[in-house]
Amino acid sequence: MALSKVSVRSVSMAPTQPDDRPEDGGQRGGDMFRGVLGKTLCFLGYTVQYGCIAHCGFEYIGEFVTCSGPSMEPTITNYDVVFSERLSRNFYRIEKGDIVIAKSLFDPHMNVCKRVIGLEGDKICTSGPSDVFKTHQYVPKGHVWLEGDNLRNSTDSRSYGPVPYALIRGRVCLKLWPPHNFGALNQSPTGRIVKRSD
Amino acid sequence: MTRVYYTEDPEGFRGIGDNENTSTEVTFRVMAQQTGAGRRYIRAFVSGFFVAVPVTVTVLDRLAYVARVEGASMQPSLNPEGNVTGSDVVLLNRWSVRNYQVRRGDIVSVLSPKNPQQKIIKRVIALEGDFIKTLGYKNRYLKVPDGHFWIEGDHRGHSLDSNSFGPVSLGLVHGRASHIIWPPNRWQRIEPSVPPERRPLIDWHADTTEEQEED
Repeated sequence: MALSKVSVRSVSMAPTQPDDRPEDGGQRGGDMFRGVLGKTLCFLGYTVQYGCIAHCGFEYIGEFVTCSGPSMEPTITNYDVVFSERLSRNFYRIEKGDIVIAKSLFDPHMNVCKRVIGLEGDKICTSGPSDVFKTHQYVPKGHVWLEGDNLRNSTDSRSYGPVPYALIRGRVCLKLWPPHNFGALNQSPTGRIVKRSD
Repeated sequence: MTRVYYTEDPEGFRGIGDNENTSTEVTFRVMAQQTGAGRRYIRAFVSGFFVAVPVTVTVLDRLAYVARVEGASMQPSLNPEGNVTGSDVVLLNRWSVRNYQVRRGDIVSVLSPKNPQQKIIKRVIALEGDFIKTLGYKNRYLKVPDGHFWIEGDHRGHSLDSNSFGPVSLGLVHGRASHIIWPPNRWQRIEPSVPPERRPLIDWHADTTEEQEED
């Protein structure tokens, strides 16, 4: 049978007395310097920590994006603020009909906001509505086909071809500004998305 | 179940029946100390977790990344003996590619255009605007479009690179391999060098280090 012998002791911690000696000006200055240094390091530590948490939030959860340009009218107009979430992209669950923010193919510092018309393996009709002979193209593996909702005023995959999936940054899920248009975004008005029959 | 607690006092041991109050007080104090210590540990663990995980993730995303090289497409520069004696492990510098600046001859890791879940490690042969001769691509000669670059593996013929899928967009670049850090006998800094037969035909970029002296 185990015996546990318990002794409870009280520990007294006397507060340290501040130095009052007048010839200690140098030491007080040194203490003050150490205090300031300590506070600065503490502040830096907190900045680094919260900066890293912010980075993780923007990279893995979502970010706010201001859209400019007419290529997604009427769904998204100029100077709209939307929220694009990163989870669908990180779990590879972007679907046909999603509006995505992607890095531009020709300038990685710019982003484009387009709708996904086709995923890999889909057959895309690349000829215009006025062409007599219909041409088709298959979206290669690892790529997506992007088109703006405003077909007349949008440079998208119809001009530069399919876009690699890894350039997609996030899926736009919520429109935040202007406030009278707050909420989820509409389906594609162009009728270019063909649901697969299987 | 009966538990026996003894208190330390100058008269020696006392059994449980002797002084009920003292033993229950002690029981409570012991339990409070144990749960207090446990709660303190959990709080310390959670607060440490919330510091360590975001900092680690940010460092891996922005500063440096460590990756094991698989396959034979970069022989003899990386993995010279294949996977027999163990693959090379390289340090990928993510800070130097934050503005998408790569140089010809760098070994870079790129998100594969064929499979977004995979990263491939290849050498940069040509940058945007360069006019190059391709090896097995659908066009014999090619001008690399704006915002793209051309990558090739050092092991000709055993490499899935731009000769199969064409020029790669700069937005796909992931990191620049700067050092080989494992195995220890292969510790070295990776220097950028383009194989002489793969230099671009017309060079629009003024290169200050055209010829590398071999000592």
